[in-house]
Amino acid sequence: MVEKIHIKDKDVIVPGTLLAEGLEYLPSGKAFRDGENIYSSTVGLISVKGRVIKVIPLAGKYAPKRGDVIIAKINGFGKFGWTCEIESPYKIDLNVGEISMNYVDLKNSKLADYFKISDYVFGEILDISESGYISLTAKRMPYRKLVGGNVIKVSPVKIPRIIGKQGSMIKILKDSSNCEILVGQNGLVWIKGNAENEAKVANAIKLIEQESHHSGLTEKVKAMLEGK
Amino acid sequence: MGGVGGPEKLIVNGKRLDGRKLNEMREMEIKVGVIPNADGSAMVTLGETKVICAVYGPKEVLPRRNLDSEKAFLNCVYGMASFSTSERNRPGPSRRSTEISKVIADALAPAIFMEKYAGLEITVIMEIINANAGTRTAAINAASVALADAGIEMRDLVCSVASGKADGQLMLDLFEPEDNFGEVDMPLAILPNTKQITLLQMDGMLTKAEAKKLIEMSMKACEQIYELQKKALKEKYGSEKESE
Amino acid sequence: MLKQYFIELLEKDKREDGRKPFEYRDVSVETGVIARANGSARVKIGNTEVLVGVKLDVGTPFPDGPESGILMVNAELLPLANPNFEFGPPSKDSVELSRVIDRGIRECHAIDLDKLCIKAKEKVWMVFVDIYPINDDGNLLDAGALGAIAALKTTVLPKYDEKEEKVIHKELTKTKLPLVHSPVMTTFGKIGNNKFSDSTMREEKAIETRLSIVTTEDGNVSAMQKGGAGMFTADDVIELIEKSAELGKKLRKLVPSK
Repeated sequence: MVEKIHIKDKDVIVPGTLLAEGLEYLPSGKAFRDGENIYSSTVGLISVKGRVIKVIPLAGKYAPKRGDVIIAKINGFGKFGWTCEIESPYKIDLNVGEISMNYVDLKNSKLADYFKISDYVFGEILDISESGYISLTAKRMPYRKLVGGNVIKVSPVKIPRIIGKQGSMIKILKDSSNCEILVGQNGLVWIKGNAENEAKVANAIKLIEQESHHSGLTEKVKAMLEGK
Repeated sequence: MGGVGGPEKLIVNGKRLDGRKLNEMREMEIKVGVIPNADGSAMVTLGETKVICAVYGPKEVLPRRNLDSEKAFLNCVYGMASFSTSERNRPGPSRRSTEISKVIADALAPAIFMEKYAGLEITVIMEIINANAGTRTAAINAASVALADAGIEMRDLVCSVASGKADGQLMLDLFEPEDNFGEVDMPLAILPNTKQITLLQMDGMLTKAEAKKLIEMSMKACEQIYELQKKALKEKYGSEKESE
Repeated sequence: MLKQYFIELLEKDKREDGRKPFEYRDVSVETGVIARANGSARVKIGNTEVLVGVKLDVGTPFPDGPESGILMVNAELLPLANPNFEFGPPSKDSVELSRVIDRGIRECHAIDLDKLCIKAKEKVWMVFVDIYPINDDGNLLDAGALGAIAALKTTVLPKYDEKEEKVIHKELTKTKLPLVHSPVMTTFGKIGNNKFSDSTMREEKAIETRLSIVTTEDGNVSAMQKGGAGMFTADDVIELIEKSAELGKKLRKLVPSK
């Protein structure tokens, strides 16, 4: 039995690429094992740590995970809450008990007093049940209903670039625009300031999304925000 | 096969009418990410044949009657633009395009981890912009990289080519005169890692030995196509690594 | 929310992507892009992309024009270009799109249809213009109309076999389609009191109303169409006609002159 690795750290691979042979290696992320071989199931970036070969996907829709911080859009009413869209094939439920630390009395108020269709909410994925039922919580700060501002959509795989190392990129965006910015791991970004600054930030984020692999991106983003 | 009114000979001095050798494919170009609105997209040019493909999904299944709680609903739609053929092609589905849509879905499904998308839909739209034979196989090549571009989890890519026989000779990648007036047309698709065949159709008449030879020729061509698909995907995604 | 954002920007003479209100995104026109078509064009306006192909055939003239060729404009809004488009019979949007573009070409007699008669009452050329959006990021109307005229400009007739009385589609002649005018459509959106041209998809979601105006090379108006539930004043319309002639001139330069 031959133990052989066919790729190295930071390689970009396509679905079906043979990554390694032999049982010594372990697949992780979007890597999968077929018999004695390990392959990639998506376009991705390789990370090799000891015996673990991980494929970090470079494309694809958002897949909800418990604890993810996301921006959801209200798109329907239930009996005790709302259903929301999250740029994923799965719907998510927001129960009325998850919108405030205080008791929400539905005897003296109605659901539409809190959220209407097309409202946005910043929250956290509370739970994903065995059967696929997903629930959202927005009762603790900083989670809340997003009032005003402007929501834009980016590829969820680019979100780490928009945040930057230790939040460096998002800090630049906030500091040079005076905008409030909230980033959802599902690829939605909420921007609030005056419209001009909102547009500036939206364009800077599009630039980050498109040119995430080019060097000198930080400088370009700064220049754009300063209106050059 | 074998229509009337075609050229007298399809092979002249050992060469085909477009100057190719028998085992030579037309030039193929693949571009990934050509439709910004789509979750994944690709364009494949094979000689004069040109196809554009968009993948949307995974998404909610609509209408609900298509829902499969065990695996994805793979909705493949092959179509031909009205101006893609010599005589204007009436837009909208035909019996031919309906059948091709189905065999393409069957060719792609084995490559996809269908059970990971249980209860969801993956839509693959393939539109032939210009037709000069080999449209279904070009569509499969485009769809396969468009699915990868959409981040759909796959066992492998899918590579496809149509070969056949004309003037008594086996040949790779038929173009229109050979497709119309030749004796045999055989579209084939494989998963390159395992060499498993996911599409196979044939019209005409072949001996067992010829069938074997033609499949071998096609499989070899699929290896070339596989390299082009990988290259096209890496052109879009390859540059990601520098800044990581 | 989105609407208020666009109003605020427009009131400062700005757009989300940094354009001025009456500025187009980058526009490109390529012709001869489809080998099988008799004439073809690919138009890109920003991220919006449209393919237009022209096919010719011979058919029976309509009784009200026994010596006139026939123009048919059709738009196929495939879900390829926009996930909200649906397969199946033409939607209201695709019917409106093709009819507005059709009138823009027809009403100024851009094509000299009388020259397309082969045998009066029996055989005339039929000109099929098919518009296929590839990616919809707003303003399909202007992109489709520009593509249609560019494709028509480059259209040549296939050979007609007079003995057999049929078209030989694979043989092209050198005869060009007789074109008299180059109509160009420009579409304006309105949000609040603010008017602007070339809407993106996001702007189209926020606009209350739009006005499409077709002008010919002499600046005359050959067709107009208002869409959406909002309203325009007469002054708005006059202002936009002027703008349309101005913008149309620029766009027309992208169309091959022959």
